Amino acid sequence: MTDPLLIVSNLSIDFGRHRRPALTDVSFELADNERLGIIGESGSGKTVTALAIMGLLPETATASGSIRLRGNEMVNTGDRELAPLRGNLMSMVFQEPMTALDPTMRVGRQVAEVLTLHQHSAKEAARSAVVAMLARVGLPDPERIADAYPHQLSGGQRQRVVLAMALVNSPDLVICDEPTTALDVTVQAHVLATLDAVLDEANAACLFISHDLAVVSQVCDKVLVMLDGRVVEAGTVAALFNDAQHPYTRGLIAASRIDQLEPGSRLPQVEDYWKGNDA
Amino acid sequence: MTEPLYTVRDLTRIYRRGPASVTALDAVSLEVARGDRLGIVGESGSGKSTLIRLMAGLDRPTSGTVRFAGREIQRLPERDLAFLRSEVQMVFQDPRGSLDPRMRVGEIITEPLRSALIDEGRYRRDPAARERRLREVLNAVDLPADSAGRYPHEFSGGQRQRIAIARALAPEPSVLIADEPVSALDVSVRAQVLNLLNDLVRDIGLTLVFVTHDLSVVRHLCTRVAVLRNGKLLEEGPTPQVFSQPASDYTAQLLAAVPKVRLG
Amino acid sequence: MKRFTLVVGLVLVCSVVLTALVSLVWTPFDPIRVVAADALLKPGWPHLLGTDAFGIDIVSRLMIGAQTTLQVGIIAVSIAAVVGVPLGVLAGQGSGWVSEVVMRASDVVYAFPALLLAILFAAAFGGSTWTAMAAIGIATIPAFARVARAGTLHVMASDYVLAARSCGTSRMGIAVRHVMPNIAPLIGVQASVAFATAILAEAGLSFLGLGTRPPTPTWGRMLRDAQNLLFGDPLQSLWPGLAIALAVLGFNLLGDGLRDYLDPQLREVS
Repeated sequence: MTDPLLIVSNLSIDFGRHRRPALTDVSFELADNERLGIIGESGSGKTVTALAIMGLLPETATASGSIRLRGNEMVNTGDRELAPLRGNLMSMVFQEPMTALDPTMRVGRQVAEVLTLHQHSAKEAARSAVVAMLARVGLPDPERIADAYPHQLSGGQRQRVVLAMALVNSPDLVICDEPTTALDVTVQAHVLATLDAVLDEANAACLFISHDLAVVSQVCDKVLVMLDGRVVEAGTVAALFNDAQHPYTRGLIAASRIDQLEPGSRLPQVEDYWKGNDA
Repeated sequence: MTEPLYTVRDLTRIYRRGPASVTALDAVSLEVARGDRLGIVGESGSGKSTLIRLMAGLDRPTSGTVRFAGREIQRLPERDLAFLRSEVQMVFQDPRGSLDPRMRVGEIITEPLRSALIDEGRYRRDPAARERRLREVLNAVDLPADSAGRYPHEFSGGQRQRIAIARALAPEPSVLIADEPVSALDVSVRAQVLNLLNDLVRDIGLTLVFVTHDLSVVRHLCTRVAVLRNGKLLEEGPTPQVFSQPASDYTAQLLAAVPKVRLG
Repeated sequence: MKRFTLVVGLVLVCSVVLTALVSLVWTPFDPIRVVAADALLKPGWPHLLGTDAFGIDIVSRLMIGAQTTLQVGIIAVSIAAVVGVPLGVLAGQGSGWVSEVVMRASDVVYAFPALLLAILFAAAFGGSTWTAMAAIGIATIPAFARVARAGTLHVMASDYVLAARSCGTSRMGIAVRHVMPNIAPLIGVQASVAFATAILAEAGLSFLGLGTRPPTPTWGRMLRDAQNLLFGDPLQSLWPGLAIALAVLGFNLLGDGLRDYLDPQLREVS
């Protein structure tokens, strides 16, 4: 049996002594081609987990424990060793596509830059690879889009470009941090479907972060639930939905079932199930 | 027959920027009766925010009319809008942006009461009455009384939206216009704020205009729904009817796009 | 690092202020009385930095000079802020043409350097501390108006101003309650930087003899007196030059430090 792609064990992260730890003792594994969702509200530590795996934590953070990606230890490793891994072995899709793209550069060049940075391929070859990638993420007329600047594209198109940047080097792991939160509902549905398809096609594993279980379930079958920097529950979407163990998870699921309720009736709230650790 | 509270006729708003112009709202007509709960649904660029700004008298239309309580408001100068300002209050999408970071919560909530336009300036002249009203609305939105002395950044997103709702309630309005009040919030906090709005609307008998892109929220909260796209009104009707028999393809698409938990 | 800038700036500014305050009640020697016998003494005791061509103690003159420097800076910056900030807020809040008129007027003033304005004033009213302060103050108005207008535009675009408008808060109420507190940090930074510019302008005017009249010592005048001796006794020019440089540096660093310290984006993270 081969080792899993990603092994996070006993990861704890602090931002200074006087503040609540951001992560406490987080452990999980992710195999090749597997997809794992992380849900939790803002401040639960889901984004910090993603940044730690990418090795993008701010300097003020102190980390202990271990993150092994394809055998490479990522915790407390210098940027020089990590940089070649980013893009090649792993890549990230951020929430806000406008700020993830350089406004002064044509998007084709931005995608190509990721490619040439790692492969030193010839310019013409890069161009055709970029256009092919843009087509794969569902952009119509990829030749024209490659020559456009970010502000000339819609929000959904920009997020597809970001997706193309993340996938162009065929990484083994793609981390998505709330990739559709800034998008319209109809666009979100399309982008999620595209993400699902291209991940399949590229044989990439995925870590998908969101506060919305319904969104996560479009892409992932397995989910971690985070609360106050800890993993409180893990399992398949179906298991969590039908038989959640932790009261917080039960509250989260009840609160998300707005479409199942009598209109105008009281919505279940997380607090009905879980009063917090201090209560 | 009584006149509807709001009558919007052929409302058009064109923004000009140099030689280019954008039609944000294109000949929209609709009515809101007292006690209605109208959901206005649309995606970015649909003109939904433009529409409610015009209804709240915060912007002027290029053409068309907005009647509120029997008077056309679109040409009135600010000093003649007292009847609108004291009746109609707004809650905005992002409570981080809609609360002045340098004001204490107490000042934020009582700001409408210090306006000469609200209640003929009754509260403006009476600090003790303002203080009483502040305690009442803090209580109504379930915030502790000592919140008044603190700053917005000391509160969570859900609490900040409660502060914004308390501010809107302070001058005892009859109409609440809410612009995507839960879309910047986590799912876990969304239910709290929706329950609060639902209770308030029912208990006070508010007329609600609720702008959102989330159809499940509309289904839960609104009796009527209007669907906007690219500045045009596509359809309008009672919520159950629009949901079961959408008249436009776009509405059907919107309905289909609402993410539902996928099991396996 | 950011704190460092702020602290160095504060230390320099405070030492100028302290010197000026002390000089109000005490200086080591009389800063005005000519003592021909003591002319051009080298640094030593009791004249720490030596004496000038008239035999006056340089330390004492520098201390009194700090008074003039601060006085000119405070009055000039106050004139500029008191006129410029309301104009900028008006331009930022007002309709298109109000904004246009204010900004074009400020462009016109901007085109006149403080020096030129001071020469005009000196020609009309005779050179004095007051004409220098007025000229520097007026020439600095546009800088304040621009900063205030930019800040106001930013605040006016926020949702909390929209919320305030929707509940009937008047334009004046918005200006006082929302705009002013939110642009205050910007204005503070601008004031500090403008202070530095004012010090330089004052030194320049005194150097040209268009500012404060003798016998009141100013740093610019000391520089002018020293220039004849530039090759014989270069230290004479060094002391007032150093005083000007350190004061200007202090206010500039203070401005930069404040900007970083007050930047809400940087603060949000902490």
